[in-house]
Amino acid sequence: MVVVKLNATRGARWLLFAVALSVVAACGSTSNASSGGWGTATSASANGGINALVAAAKQEGQLNVIALPPDWANYGAIISDFEAKYGIKVNSANPNGSSQDEVNAVRAQAGTSRAPDVLDIGMAVALANTSLFAPYKVTEWSAIPDSQKEPGGLWYQDYGGYMSIGYDSSKFTITSVSDLLQPQFKGAVALNGDPTKANAALNGVMMASLANGGSLDNVGPGVNFFHELVQAGNFVPIQATTATVKNGTTPVVFDWDYLSEAHGTDVPTWKVFVPSNAVLGGYYAQAITKTAPDPAAARLWEEYLYSAAGQNLWLQGGARPVEMATMQAQGTLNQTYAAALPPVTGTPVFMSQSQATKAAQYLDANWAQAIAS
Amino acid sequence: MAALVNPEKSLAGRPIQGGLRLPLPWLGTVPFLGYVALFLVLPAAIVVAGAFAGDHGPTLANLAALTQPYIVQSFVNSVVLSAASASIGAVAGAVLAYAVASGDPRGPVRRLVTAGCGVLSQFGGVTLAFAFIATIGGEGFITLWLQHHGINIYANGVWLYQLSGLTLVYAYFQIPLMVIVFLPALDSIRPQWREATASLGGASWHYWRYVAGPILAPAFLGCALLLFANAFSAYATAAALINQGGIIVPLQISNALSSEVGLAQANVASALALGMVLVVAAVTGLYTVLQRRTARWLP
Amino acid sequence: MNRRKARHLAIFRWTVLAIMAAFFLLPIAAMVEFATRGVGANAPRTLASFTAILSYPDLMGAIAASLELAAITALGALLLLLPTMIWIRLRVPGVARLVEVLCLAPLTIPAIVLVVGLAPIYQWININVSDSILTLALVYVILVLPFAYRALDLGLSGMDLRTLSEAARNLGAGWPTVMARVVVPNMWSAVLNACLLSVAVVLGEFTIANLLNFENLQVAISLLGRANAGVSIAVAVASLGFVFVLLVLLSFVGGRRTRTFRVM
Repeated sequence: MVVVKLNATRGARWLLFAVALSVVAACGSTSNASSGGWGTATSASANGGINALVAAAKQEGQLNVIALPPDWANYGAIISDFEAKYGIKVNSANPNGSSQDEVNAVRAQAGTSRAPDVLDIGMAVALANTSLFAPYKVTEWSAIPDSQKEPGGLWYQDYGGYMSIGYDSSKFTITSVSDLLQPQFKGAVALNGDPTKANAALNGVMMASLANGGSLDNVGPGVNFFHELVQAGNFVPIQATTATVKNGTTPVVFDWDYLSEAHGTDVPTWKVFVPSNAVLGGYYAQAITKTAPDPAAARLWEEYLYSAAGQNLWLQGGARPVEMATMQAQGTLNQTYAAALPPVTGTPVFMSQSQATKAAQYLDANWAQAIAS
Repeated sequence: MAALVNPEKSLAGRPIQGGLRLPLPWLGTVPFLGYVALFLVLPAAIVVAGAFAGDHGPTLANLAALTQPYIVQSFVNSVVLSAASASIGAVAGAVLAYAVASGDPRGPVRRLVTAGCGVLSQFGGVTLAFAFIATIGGEGFITLWLQHHGINIYANGVWLYQLSGLTLVYAYFQIPLMVIVFLPALDSIRPQWREATASLGGASWHYWRYVAGPILAPAFLGCALLLFANAFSAYATAAALINQGGIIVPLQISNALSSEVGLAQANVASALALGMVLVVAAVTGLYTVLQRRTARWLP
Repeated sequence: MNRRKARHLAIFRWTVLAIMAAFFLLPIAAMVEFATRGVGANAPRTLASFTAILSYPDLMGAIAASLELAAITALGALLLLLPTMIWIRLRVPGVARLVEVLCLAPLTIPAIVLVVGLAPIYQWININVSDSILTLALVYVILVLPFAYRALDLGLSGMDLRTLSEAARNLGAGWPTVMARVVVPNMWSAVLNACLLSVAVVLGEFTIANLLNFENLQVAISLLGRANAGVSIAVAVASLGFVFVLLVLLSFVGGRRTRTFRVM
């Protein structure tokens, strides 16, 4: 009798919890507005034109983006401008995520209302995950150079820059990469991330390699250079952030030039140096996910990014938008922002996919040892 | 009184006579076990399954990846780091807990320290790393102040960005965690025990060595184990402070999950996680052995 | 205790508290110092980083969600653990070791890996049950298990559970009365500690919410932290202060039930 009574009370307790959970469930929203065919539209004109797209996107009311920190290539301004222009709420998830985290999230959250709608990813991840993308060609498709887009519209490059060394010019002067081995740089040099993990860091090591006699097929001299930096006591292994830059703990950072430029707001004397013998460029790519819960908003976002307004906002952030050449010819490029880009002399080179993979494998085998002091 | 109520033979525990012989006492644990099975065991099983998954079916290749020297080294580093920070945290935390418990139980010191420890025990990641960088990093205000007075603490390299520095940073959340989980144990000490020891002629150290110590030992060990596991799986702080080289296992796991240069292998991450679970299981086994020896003194 | 011993104890206490205060408050002071810096070498101190926090629209929603999660998780963990632990001590002591191991397990797997296993489960829940951020409470109860279990276990060890419960039962109390009016008041500090830890864990939890694309307090802070350097540190300091005040208020709950004697 005793035991039965206990179970009844326990049962009541669990009933209460179940009721609470259902209340929670009722509060949650799982609305899925009809997408009006935008889920499979391959261009705006194919499904009723840009005005229909805008209307459908407004009805969806939200856009899920991922790994777009506000201080990365001016995304803060781009997101607020988009929100103000169309009244669509942008949900920005996982700002510090890597490109791989983005595709992981697409897979893990497919079918939920929080799944990412659009992606901004590095080329290695883009090429390996095309099965997740929905083909779409923006209105300005022809303005994107052929070599920088997938012919069917699965992915298309968006902005890029050159690997650079950002530094506090009130403390140092840098005219070549090998300057960094000198004693005044003790405890000063940082890399943006681990090169076996982050695309920016991989390119940083490759740039050091190019400046020290290596080539796009050989990242060894770059690894040796960083090893020498560690031996000289000039390398700091911490994650360089805007806070560590402003604080003075990482006054020299290997990073993309447009990311480095952002530090100028915290340190007015910040300068960006691109070595003339190692002009290593890299572009990122956009894609719309197949399982996007807000397909019309996703497509409108891409239309916005590839319009002159979006491209110029990236330019304001110090990145080189992919339509730069066409816009320059048409006169729609913002000349003030273009003039503010860091000066680059020398011929730019870009790693191919196989070169990047080869470099990554070399780093996987050798980086940890090179960095251990 | 003891004769009237014999706990071994009380009414409430007897099975219902003549009815179904269901293991009714076990039913009481079903809600807990069911919940844990769904939200802990199932995800863990999915991860473990991933450890054995390959492109063409089950494989041991992921586990074989664990034998690589830099991964073995990262396991060693992780264990050393966790053991060191757990030891420091346990001892310093116990001392601080005693300092708090021996004060007014309703006073402001206890409230403030308890709340502060609650907050700081969960403080970690990029901001904790930065807090230490800003204090004793290369440009930290204490570093600069010491340099001003002629003392250079980084004459042999910046130890803050190595394992020893990481241990110090880990102490920042280990000590508060120890205070919070150990305080109830101290609260259970009765002043009568101290008085009894004194009345039998014992000094302070007699009291600690023969009375309070043995009673607190199991709780102390249990909390130390908690601290070890806490440090072992901590990731974000190490990622901010020692971003290069994957020197501890969670960093290796993060590389395997999030690498965007084509080196992402989710199954190797699962294998590494399985390795971590085995290490903590081994440490828990050690703890169980110690626990049996120290629990002799409990009622 | 004689006066000499009492004085020694007082000296010991205050020395320990002073050293610890220095160790814990210096890094926070460094953060506040950094967050009040202006831009440029000779710029004046400014509170702009702190006031910028208020202009972030989603922060209020994230704070509310986190507070709700903290409350649900603390209550859920207590409801799940306390009856089970009492039941095990009284009826099924053989399971105690298993429960202890299960309660330690959530700490052995790093959150970044746990999410890999949780993702399919949450995908099912979010599609079929609810998409609300409050579903995170289900996994947060698991995350607080190690801490809550340890706290409650110590509380239960410090009382003679069997005698007390049998005495109460013999006097005619039902199990709910035994638990609410006999057991819990005798381990109030442990229950409060378990709640405090649960609230602290939930308010400080970042990884799982981030990787499941939910926006809780810490995720909102990390997004805000990418705005600029000063704001990233200012918002961390503000969040620490906010949780601290919350926990201090929590310690006033059930104030009359704490014991009146000091530990010696």
